[in-house]
Amino acid sequence: MANIANKQMICDVLMEAAQKDKDIVVLCSDSRGSASATPFANAFPEQFVEVGIAKQDLVGIAAGMAKVGKRTFPMSPACFITARSYEQCKVDVAYSHTNVKLVGISGGVSYGALGMSHHSAQDIACMSSIPGMRVYLPSDCNQTRKLMEVLVKDNEPAYIRVGRNAVEPVYSEDNVPFEMDKATWVCSGDDVAIVACGEMVLYAKQAAEILKKKGISATVLDMYCVKPFDKDAVIEAAKKAKAVISVEEHSPFGGLGSMVAQTVSENCPKKCVTMSLPDAPVITGNSKEVFAYYKLTGEGIAAKAEELLNG
Amino acid sequence: MKELRKLAYRLRQDVVDMIVNGKGGHIGGDMSVMDVLVTLYFKEMNITKENFNTKNHDHFIMSKGHSVESLYAVLAEKGFFSRETVLKEFSQFGSKFIGHPNNKLPGIEMNSGALGHGLPVAVGMAIAERMNKSDNRVYVVMGDGELAEGSVWEGAMAGANYRLDNLCAVLDRNRLQISGSTEDVMALDDLHRKWESFGWHVIDVSDGNDIEKLCAAFEEARMVKGRPTVLIANTVKGKGSPVMENKASWHHHVPNEEEYKQIMSDLKARAEED
Repeated sequence: MANIANKQMICDVLMEAAQKDKDIVVLCSDSRGSASATPFANAFPEQFVEVGIAKQDLVGIAAGMAKVGKRTFPMSPACFITARSYEQCKVDVAYSHTNVKLVGISGGVSYGALGMSHHSAQDIACMSSIPGMRVYLPSDCNQTRKLMEVLVKDNEPAYIRVGRNAVEPVYSEDNVPFEMDKATWVCSGDDVAIVACGEMVLYAKQAAEILKKKGISATVLDMYCVKPFDKDAVIEAAKKAKAVISVEEHSPFGGLGSMVAQTVSENCPKKCVTMSLPDAPVITGNSKEVFAYYKLTGEGIAAKAEELLNG
Repeated sequence: MKELRKLAYRLRQDVVDMIVNGKGGHIGGDMSVMDVLVTLYFKEMNITKENFNTKNHDHFIMSKGHSVESLYAVLAEKGFFSRETVLKEFSQFGSKFIGHPNNKLPGIEMNSGALGHGLPVAVGMAIAERMNKSDNRVYVVMGDGELAEGSVWEGAMAGANYRLDNLCAVLDRNRLQISGSTEDVMALDDLHRKWESFGWHVIDVSDGNDIEKLCAAFEEARMVKGRPTVLIANTVKGKGSPVMENKASWHHHVPNEEEYKQIMSDLKARAEED
């Protein structure tokens, strides 16, 4: 299969599931095009609800439908569905325990030059702090498929954040190690542990390859399940390493880095560094340019690891 | 009807006891909305303890969640939990009977408390029930001050867009909110024209504390096809005793001993009126 954007994979899995399960419903807020959900809307008009540009309504309606037996997947840009609709996510979805899977598309800095209004650098922090809300940032389309195949069947609230564009896969289509709510060990090493989520996993993997050539062995943990947070995996990886690096497309506060640092400091204290977006509006550019500027690349992560190990 | 009116005044007494025992609550709105709730639960809606856990029942959302004490009194009367338990446990340490609806309790479907959430959720339920080809209807009660929340109007647009004639909203139009008159805080009138312009069938209930008038309005709502209905129920905040009627300060006032005695005596007297 050709490499596709994670959001397109979400739509593919939803279409497969919707054929068998008439309770699967996709909702959009004038976002069907950007969510890659147009094929779903065309193929399953009876299982598609358009709410217009009204994100609070999007989540409230999805929660109401779920209460009457539907499995709802509201899809809207991550920046809006987690911020504009935050109270609906908290009260109508998590607190009311409705079977809603909130899909945040074009997450992080996917919208690049469109600016801070369109970036979601706070979503891990705000969604993870809601009791009962699971938070997933799959790293590639193959892992996205595995995750979605579980989510179309389970009955708990969740937030899934994916980027806008197709990304180079971390896993091959025929070999995707996946256990629900358990971090994936991309590789294992003794010098440094790199814990990453979402699109950063690919760069963490590249960093491990660069480091290997220099005789440094790295663990790379794909923490696609930011919540529930797989503490055991982080502790195991951190214990055998000399230092820990977390990498995320998110604010430095309250995201993966905070969770990793909290876990490591409580269980096996050692040097922890958070690599993330800055606490500031990011520089103008497409996501690759933005990542490069903030050293969120294979080279940048590898350099940080060397600096830590040599320091 | 007379029996339901008596019941509404009896349940108001339970609300007062709940609030005095729990040392808190939203008494003014409880009193204004009580007749709406009694009409809905004992005349209009198909919701019973027996059918609540099946697929065949109407849906109710208390969007003005702070009036939960009135809902608790009604649900206890419907047999979802015991009256004694809620009177004793409301707002006490570790209690399930908290100050806003909570669906961990039997008889409650959605948690509320943050205003402006109920209508979009009700719209979702109505869309889903139509997809299910079910006759179940969806009811939502909102406060009037709540209408300043923008999400209410998102829901209003969607309800009309999807022509949800299985959806009926009720506005508890008591004209007072915590800071004073709704018209001084954020003017709402002309509410009839506002809802009509959003595509809803609008029924003005001249006395929203009159169960007979409410019954007639709900009956009319059932006949409407192709659009949702909203009842503007003109009620009296604090309805039941001159001590608290039409007084914004009674939004969440807890009666002192003297006020308690007078209110209970007034409520008992009203229950006996013909």
